[in-house]
Amino acid sequence: MPLDPSFIGRTYPPTTVYEVGREKIREFAEAVGDANPAYLDTDAAKALGHPDVIAPPTFPFVLTYRAAAQVVNDSDLGLDFSRVVHGDQRFTYTRPVRAGDRLSVTCTIDSIKSLAGNDILSVRGDVHEESGEHVVTAYMMLVARAAEGE
Amino acid sequence: MPAQVNYDEVEVGSQLPAQSFPVTRATLVQYAGASGDFNPIHWNEAFARSVGLPDVIGHGMFTMAEAIRVVTDWLGDPGAVVEYGVRFTKPVVVPNDGTGAVIEVTGKVAAKLEDRRVRVDLLATSGGEKVLGMSRAVVQLL
Repeated sequence: MPLDPSFIGRTYPPTTVYEVGREKIREFAEAVGDANPAYLDTDAAKALGHPDVIAPPTFPFVLTYRAAAQVVNDSDLGLDFSRVVHGDQRFTYTRPVRAGDRLSVTCTIDSIKSLAGNDILSVRGDVHEESGEHVVTAYMMLVARAAEGE
Repeated sequence: MPAQVNYDEVEVGSQLPAQSFPVTRATLVQYAGASGDFNPIHWNEAFARSVGLPDVIGHGMFTMAEAIRVVTDWLGDPGAVVEYGVRFTKPVVVPNDGTGAVIEVTGKVAAKLEDRRVRVDLLATSGGEKVLGMSRAVVQLL
């Protein structure tokens, strides 16, 4: 069964606040092997004009991937996650994520397409600081491969 | 936020310093923990094979994180990245042989834009296969 296109434009409730910690940024930077001092050293980050250490460019995915579970697990939408692969990913930044941010993600289904039996689902995650300031938007495209014999 | 590279000194076609990033099973386990993506295709060989993969594969988001380092190391200030997008074209296959795989990344200035921004196009390969397509970053220069 292809995904129901009437879900296009659906927006899910904002996630509960995620507080970005310095040590979480450090853990992520170490996991990608990146010793850029802007991620690890508050003084170095300040010298670049940031109020505190900043997170690597792909860090927001930690939050937006978790938030997208609302969409992926929406039983009304009925996406078969066992057949899903990550097709593409894009971020547009108003500013980098930084330590101390209290962030919430709002997910919206931007598009649903069917191509050769595959479902192509585009989900946008708008990330805002508690103050209302926009920080980053993540665009994720998922491909649910056609089931066997379909 | 200002970066350390001056817009006026950058030409279209300029190559950024290329880099190679090794990835082993241990790398993937560490990345799974830090990112919260515990999909077993990234650490469980039997599971990966059961869903038709040749072996354990790396997280696409790990490759994306490595590729932008060619840009952020060039810039100095990673906060100067304004936009970054990739397409995942082929998986990075990571055998459990102690050596793993290597992700090779090159980048070049593809266009000079308004407001002292440039677009950098990245090429990422592993085992001779292109693992990222349409991989582009827009960055703010001085």
